[in-house]
Amino acid sequence: MFAFIVSRILQSVPVLLVVALISFAMFAYVGDPVSIMLGQDFTEAQRTALVAELGLDQPFFVQFARFVGNAVQGEFGLSYRLSRPVAQLIAERAPATLELAFCAAGVALLVGVPMGVYTGLYPRSLLSRAFLTFSLIGVSLPTFLIGILLILVFAVWLGWLPSFGRGDTVALGWWNTGFLTRSGLKALILPAITLGLFQLTLIMRLVRSEMMEVLRTDYIKFARARGLTNRAINFGHALKNTMVPVITVVGLQLGAIIAFAIVTETVFQWPGMGLLFIQSVSSADIPVMAAYLLLIACLFVTINLIVDLLYYAVDPRLRAGRGKGH
Amino acid sequence: MAAILEVRDLRVEFPTRRGTLVALDGVSFSIAPGEVLGVVGESGAGKSMTGAAIIGLLEPPGRIAGGQVLLQGKRIDNLRYEQMRRIRGREIGAIFQDPLTTLNPLYTVGDQLTETMLTHLPINPAEAKRRAVEWLELVGIPAAAQRVQSYPHEFSGGMRQRVVIALALCAEPKLIVADEPTTALDVSIQAQVIALLKRLAREKGTAMMLVTHDMGVIAETADRVAVMYAGRIAEIGPVREVVKNPQHPYTAGLMASIPPLDRRVNRLAQIDGAMPRLSAIPQGCAYNPRCPKVFSRCAVERPELMDAGTTQAACWLHAKAMTDA
Amino acid sequence: MANALARLRDSDIWWSFKRSPITVLSAIVALVCIVTSVAAPLIAPHNPFDLATLNLLDAFKPPAWVAEGEADYLLGTDDQGRDVLSAILYGARISLLVGFAATIFAAFVGVSVGLLAGFLGGTVDALLMRIADIQLTFPSILVALLVDGIVRAAVAREVHDQIALFVVIVAIGISEWPKFARPVRGSTMVERNKEYVLAARVIGVSSFRIMTGHVLPNVLGPVLVIATLNLGLAILSEATLSFLGVGVPPTQPSLGTLIRIGNDFLFSGEWWITIFPGIALVVMVLSVNLLGDWLRDALNPRLR
Repeated sequence: MFAFIVSRILQSVPVLLVVALISFAMFAYVGDPVSIMLGQDFTEAQRTALVAELGLDQPFFVQFARFVGNAVQGEFGLSYRLSRPVAQLIAERAPATLELAFCAAGVALLVGVPMGVYTGLYPRSLLSRAFLTFSLIGVSLPTFLIGILLILVFAVWLGWLPSFGRGDTVALGWWNTGFLTRSGLKALILPAITLGLFQLTLIMRLVRSEMMEVLRTDYIKFARARGLTNRAINFGHALKNTMVPVITVVGLQLGAIIAFAIVTETVFQWPGMGLLFIQSVSSADIPVMAAYLLLIACLFVTINLIVDLLYYAVDPRLRAGRGKGH
Repeated sequence: MAAILEVRDLRVEFPTRRGTLVALDGVSFSIAPGEVLGVVGESGAGKSMTGAAIIGLLEPPGRIAGGQVLLQGKRIDNLRYEQMRRIRGREIGAIFQDPLTTLNPLYTVGDQLTETMLTHLPINPAEAKRRAVEWLELVGIPAAAQRVQSYPHEFSGGMRQRVVIALALCAEPKLIVADEPTTALDVSIQAQVIALLKRLAREKGTAMMLVTHDMGVIAETADRVAVMYAGRIAEIGPVREVVKNPQHPYTAGLMASIPPLDRRVNRLAQIDGAMPRLSAIPQGCAYNPRCPKVFSRCAVERPELMDAGTTQAACWLHAKAMTDA
Repeated sequence: MANALARLRDSDIWWSFKRSPITVLSAIVALVCIVTSVAAPLIAPHNPFDLATLNLLDAFKPPAWVAEGEADYLLGTDDQGRDVLSAILYGARISLLVGFAATIFAAFVGVSVGLLAGFLGGTVDALLMRIADIQLTFPSILVALLVDGIVRAAVAREVHDQIALFVVIVAIGISEWPKFARPVRGSTMVERNKEYVLAARVIGVSSFRIMTGHVLPNVLGPVLVIATLNLGLAILSEATLSFLGVGVPPTQPSLGTLIRIGNDFLFSGEWWITIFPGIALVVMVLSVNLLGDWLRDALNPRLR
């Protein structure tokens, strides 16, 4: 068990290094940070001093090592656009994004999995067809359009829910939460649905196809031949086997939720990391982009690790160290 | 003694877009208590389909379109799913071909055994656990008390098939439908598994329908044998008679294609052509295009099973004898 | 040709196509989308980019069937007096162009990498697939945003506007190629060891010829399915990027751009500026997705 975790962590180190290299390359070769930081007027002496201060005269690997060293300590320099420390900017924005992503993931999982199971078990029922039609429309509707439509209906026409922002937040230490106020919770509803809907349809379609796949297997036929009840077969044997591949993809989808938060946050002017990132992209604010990229990579690695651990808990074949073969 | 299983004029159809395919037609046979009926034939002859129809697990869109299946005199082909579920496992056990895929990889073999017993037998979980170990011992798994907590992937193919046999027998059914139980196993293991199956069936008094394409297994194990061709029974009779003195030209061809052990042959006999596809079964006797003894009537009329000495064969060659008699 | 048509009419694909009215309908809709957007300059009632004909007095006209609407502007006008219907026709043209080009680009890269990895195996294979793995775990929208962001930072603004369309195509294409590479690699590895490939090698056919002439035709089916399903996704990605303001340049508005522009007027009641381009986008993507879904099922013998 312990060895398994350690080996997985070691495997993710190269991934993080590659992402760090990309981030660093952005820093080092894209645009000219010195002229951006100095503005219009500067002397050659000032320039040389800044280059030396930033360590830009050092060899590539020294610079990269320094970059990684700083990154590990959460030090990403100043934002070109806002002239504030990047780490601080991100720390301010992270709670908003994480709360939103958490709720969206909840919506996607709690609704998507049961819908997928149902449509997989009864593919010909009328309700299944309705779910499938819904899901097809779901994957064809871009996230931002869902957000716009929800705003139009629930904020503009009906006036029930706010159309932008987080509402009132309460500070718990450095973490600003919207969970504790009425307006904060109300503000969460539309963005969470918007962000969760696309993932919901994906999860539903995935669970459905895996379920149908599993129901065709020999061991399910054999379970029927043994006269087990439908309940035991569908919700025991079939569902448990369905969950093995589903866990992996759902893990990736949860990561995607954080990334797709960029879109939702733009539509709802949600003050999170995504909005910060998109503003950085349009103004070529490389330090923020690089930090965000690394942060997302860390998140992905963490999610992957959790997924692997879940996998390990569900599938006995892994515990025996025989690989993932079915 | 009354038959455990009786199949009367069974017909299975598959509706497809190019018309309805008749997968089984006019299949009739019975199995007496404790008897082993072997069912042989080429791939696609309908052997496995017959087994699936009996246990009520035909793959959709396949369906029973005619005939009856009687278990101890009661019809079971028209039961509702829930009623049939109570029969599966309890009255009729099933063994499938590939032990690598028939066991659920995420459950221990002990869990799968106790689950089956608790579904069908009025016993408590502790008793079920005790019996699970007992069954593993019975099918010859060493260190059964420990192995009961192992997952399927921790067993070899042969051992897994023993577990499958234990699963099929653990609720003590009166009939076992074994569909190619040794085909996926190593040749060296096949004999062991067959011997085990035969021994347990005899000890428990369980009747068995043994589907296989391996004549050797049939000759070794079965009391009677049914030879299937293109969805029908071509010949049925005591195993010794069918092997030694086949009455249907197809059976004769089949037997001639088995290499004899006692003498040297330069060339094995073979049957020319191939079994017709279900969509193109010829008129009259389905075997007539390949039959060496074909005559005019064969291409026109379809023969039913008729007495042919010690066996029954669906062949017009024996009609003459009948009308003469 | 006539022979091929006859074979098509007798095939299972055609049969399953005819049997599904929704598929037939979505094929027709997709075709209409393609034709109208290609022919936009010919059939659009106005030229939304001809500044001479724009009149700010015409701004914010609602659709023709609403009280203040004008028959001349069937779906109303936007903040600059542009005809929404015409803007949609021109916008769909950009959306489709980017979608097709990005998908073809992704397919080309993905198939090439898949063939190479599957055929060469070893270190090349391990390296390429590792890259694909890492990239697959990153959401495509993020990859596209990064590519766009890097290019934006690397070149001057005027240059960026000129190459923006190309950048979007490459950005979306790059984010999608691993989806093609994996299955192609898998099939290639299977094909590679088949006897006809060995035979071709023995008689001295070059590896390149074997890959393009023998292995490639065998993987085209799955590639076509992935491409169709991805076309919808690529169109959505473009719309999303444009909505975020980092996609195609404002001088060549796509459907996503139109929705973004209209979004600013949603609260003041001019809903048509957003909603009609939105509907056009959804109808387009939905029909493509339906076709892709059907194609996947039709080509998958297990589901029949």
